[in-house]
Order: sequence, then C-alpha cells, then structure tokens
Amino acid sequence: MQNEELKATITELLPAATFEEGGEWVNVQVEAADWLALAQALRNNPALNFDYLFCLTCVDWKTHLTMVYHLSSTQYRHNMVVKVKLDRNKPEVETLSAIWRTAEFHEREVYEMFGVNFLNHPDLRLLILPDGWEGRNPLRKDFEDPINMIKL
Amino acid sequence: MVEELGKTMEGDLIINVGPQHPATHGVLHLVITLNGETIKNVEPHLGYIHRSIEKMSESLTYRQFIYVTSRMDYLSAHINNHACALCVEKGLQVEVPARAQVIRVLMDELTRIASHELWWGAMAMDLGALTPFFYAFRERETINEIMEETCGARLTMNYMVPGGVLQDLHPDFQRKVKEFIQLYKRKIHEYDELVTGNIIFQNRMKGVGYLSPEDAISYGCSGPVTRGSGVRSDVRKIYPYEIYDKLEFDEVLETGCDSFARYLVRVREMEQSVRIIEQLIDNIPEGDYQAKTKAVLKLPKGEFYQRVETARGELGVYIVSEGGTTPYRIKYRSPGFSNLSVLNKIATGSKLGDLVAMMGTLDLVIPDIDR
Repeated sequence: MQNEELKATITELLPAATFEEGGEWVNVQVEAADWLALAQALRNNPALNFDYLFCLTCVDWKTHLTMVYHLSSTQYRHNMVVKVKLDRNKPEVETLSAIWRTAEFHEREVYEMFGVNFLNHPDLRLLILPDGWEGRNPLRKDFEDPINMIKL
Repeated sequence: MVEELGKTMEGDLIINVGPQHPATHGVLHLVITLNGETIKNVEPHLGYIHRSIEKMSESLTYRQFIYVTSRMDYLSAHINNHACALCVEKGLQVEVPARAQVIRVLMDELTRIASHELWWGAMAMDLGALTPFFYAFRERETINEIMEETCGARLTMNYMVPGGVLQDLHPDFQRKVKEFIQLYKRKIHEYDELVTGNIIFQNRMKGVGYLSPEDAISYGCSGPVTRGSGVRSDVRKIYPYEIYDKLEFDEVLETGCDSFARYLVRVREMEQSVRIIEQLIDNIPEGDYQAKTKAVLKLPKGEFYQRVETARGELGVYIVSEGGTTPYRIKYRSPGFSNLSVLNKIATGSKLGDLVAMMGTLDLVIPDIDR
C-alpha cells in the first residue's frame, strides 16, 4: 500500500489519529488509550497485515515521553511509524506482547531504561540492569551518574 | 534467580549456564529450568557487557558516535559503521562518490564472510569438533590481514565515515582479495566434506530447534534465522541501499525451519558474498573516496531510520535530531536482541544437550545484544 492509501485506511480505523508530515514513512500519532485497539487492527486487517514490529523504543522529551513503534509488513513491504505520547510522571501504556511477541523483550528494555509501565505485560522486570535499579532510568535525560558518566 | 524458583515444581532443577561458560561465547547468562534432561524454561539474564552505547552516543558528535558502534557487533564492525554513516548521510543528503560505494560494499561482504567463518568454526566446536575451527580461522585470517592493511585494524575498523570511507584502499588490496577468493574456492569444498555432509553433525542439527515462519516474524527475528524458516528478509534485496540493487546475488532461503536449515543458509551466504566481491573487485571506479562534508556535521531537525543487513540480520539505526551537532536520541535495533528472544520458544521441550546447537545457529554475539 502506498503512503496515501495507508493514511486513508488508518483514518478510517481511528478518526482521532493525527499524522506528522515529513519523513519517508507514514507517521501516526495516537492516544495511549486508543493504541491497543489500533494495533490489533493493524495486525489483523488483511489489507494492512503489519506482522513485523522491527523497532520499539522511547524518546524522553523532558516534558513528556514518546513511545515509537516501527511497523512493517512482510507481505506487502509497507512501513509505518506509530507514536504514543505518555505522561512523564506516570507513563503507562498497554503492552503489545500478545500481538507481536518481540514486544515482550523490547518493552522490558524500555521499562528499565525509561520507567514506562506496560499494563498487562506478562513478565515486566529488569532485563539488562542489575537488581535494585528500579526507579532510576538511565536513558532519561535527567539521569545522572557522577562516577561512570563521562561528559565531553 | 528468585523469580525462577517461584515457577518451579517438585523435581525441577535450575541450572545456570554462563556468564563465564565457554559454550555461550561471551557473557550470556541463561537460567535454565530442567525436568530430567528436558528444558522447561530458558531465561536469559543480560547486561554483563552493557555499556549503554545509546546514552554515550547522545553526547558524541555525528563523526564520533560511529566509532563506538564498532564495539556493538564486533564481528560486523564495518556493517555497523555503514548503517550509521548511511543514516547520517540520509539526514545531510550527501551524495556518496561511486568509488566509496563500491569500497563499502566490498568491505561489507568481506566482513560477512569473516563473520560467518568464525560462526562456522565455533558452531562445529560447540558440537565437539575442533578441527573446523582451525580451518575457518585459516581463511578468516587472510581477511583480517586485508582489513589491517587498508583500515589499520583487524576487528574494530572504524573505516566508514559520513560521506565515504576514511582513506583510500591499500595498493595491494585488489591483489590480496583476489588471492583470498582463489584460496576460498579451493577450500570451500572442505567445509561441506568435513561438516555439512557429516552424518553425526546432521543428526545433531536436523529437527532441532524448530522455528515456524510465523514465530520468526512475530519474534522480530531477522537474517539467517528467518531465512532458515523460508521467510524472505534480506534487507539488501528488500530495501536495497548503496549499490546492492545493481548487483547479482541470490537471497539464500531454506525451508527446514530447524538448526540445520539455519546452518545451510549461512554457509551458502558466504558463496553469495564471494559472488558479489567477484563482480566488484575488478570494477572499482576511480575518483574520490569521500564526499566533501563540513568539519562539524549538523543534522536537520527530524527523525532518520536506516536499516542494513549485518551478518546476523537487520540492524536499524534510529536517530532523533534536534538540529544540533549531537543526536538527541539514538536507538540501535540490534538483530541479536530479537534473535535471542526466540531462544525460550525453540528450546522448550528439547533436551539440554541440544541447547548448544540451537544457540550456535542463532549466532549470538553478546555485545550486540547488550549494546
């Protein structure tokens, strides 16, 4: 599907979705509450068939957090980006691990690095960081480690 | 450990493999729940070589951060650098000279062969055969020498920079590569005779670690792991970058879905890489090896994503720029991280002895997983 068609289909599925211009792929912004239903539609709609979640990450914008999901279809080879804005003080979003299994590991990484709480995640605990790191999120912009961080 | 204890039943045994176990090839720590010899659960514990390259990159300039990425997947250092260089070039909209493009692809494919050689030797060693390791290193060593001459390093090359490559090729480069290809063609049949056709080896690989095509996609696997399940996933073919769309090579697909299929994909991929090198080695265009770029690079405000095919699969570099000289946020979508996540799925229900064969065919490089 071409980008314009994709936009039209997504607007049909979720009229509240807004699009960001620029960039090579369709860039959709959705509310955290709408995201799980849209994700299921993106995966299960036979004309879209986004079966491959190839990147899942988060960006700290100091005022809020943004979850960024890169999706692709191995059947149609179209790509899209979904962004979900989260409250920085209480970041919560539904897990996607039931739709794309790869989300389980990636969400655990985002959980420890950014402190995002993934609701209904089957196994949300630290993956890379050692025990006892809960509450300190290294990839947030205000994280300070005076011993190990080198500033150039 | 405590969480695993909670899930166990009477008669279950929990063992730790790693982080200093030779079969995990690096500091991978697996907590395995066993019932008899049958695996009930495999739980990877990561982070023993986590250097937070993503955080580090946020305070480095667009010229500097590329050097750190050589330390992610150290067996595909060139290809990591390539991904970053391409991503920065995408933001700067720089045209890379034809000579640099060809040099880059040549280096990528040499790296791919070197990486698969090491994997092949280590894979056979995991299953108890020591000789293939020496055979593989014999060929790999010649590639490392070529790299050393041109780039000045054997593993962490840091040769690709935004706009092209750091310096021109060594005058001996073409001769040495041709010599290597001759050597390789003379020796490749030994690989098949020694390992691929070996009935002991086949019995340990066939039917082990079944990964269905649907699971391969859902778990975000890429590279030879998906191609062993018959899923087309070669970024060089699907989303061509550099000059890959003008080259003749096949995407190797196997439909066995087991460890042996993944093994075959990698062995055949080396032959395809040799094919690519043969097409290019006599046709390196003259001209500049680096485009003219400013001393201080500034990317426009926006987001840039670039994916490339490393020896292990799809590496994605996601740069968020605020218009400054350093990236606001960088995410490396490493192939090993997703490939590891499937281990529990394919290992559950198998015997402990087969786990090493499965880990071997996932081709895990731990610094690539931890980043």
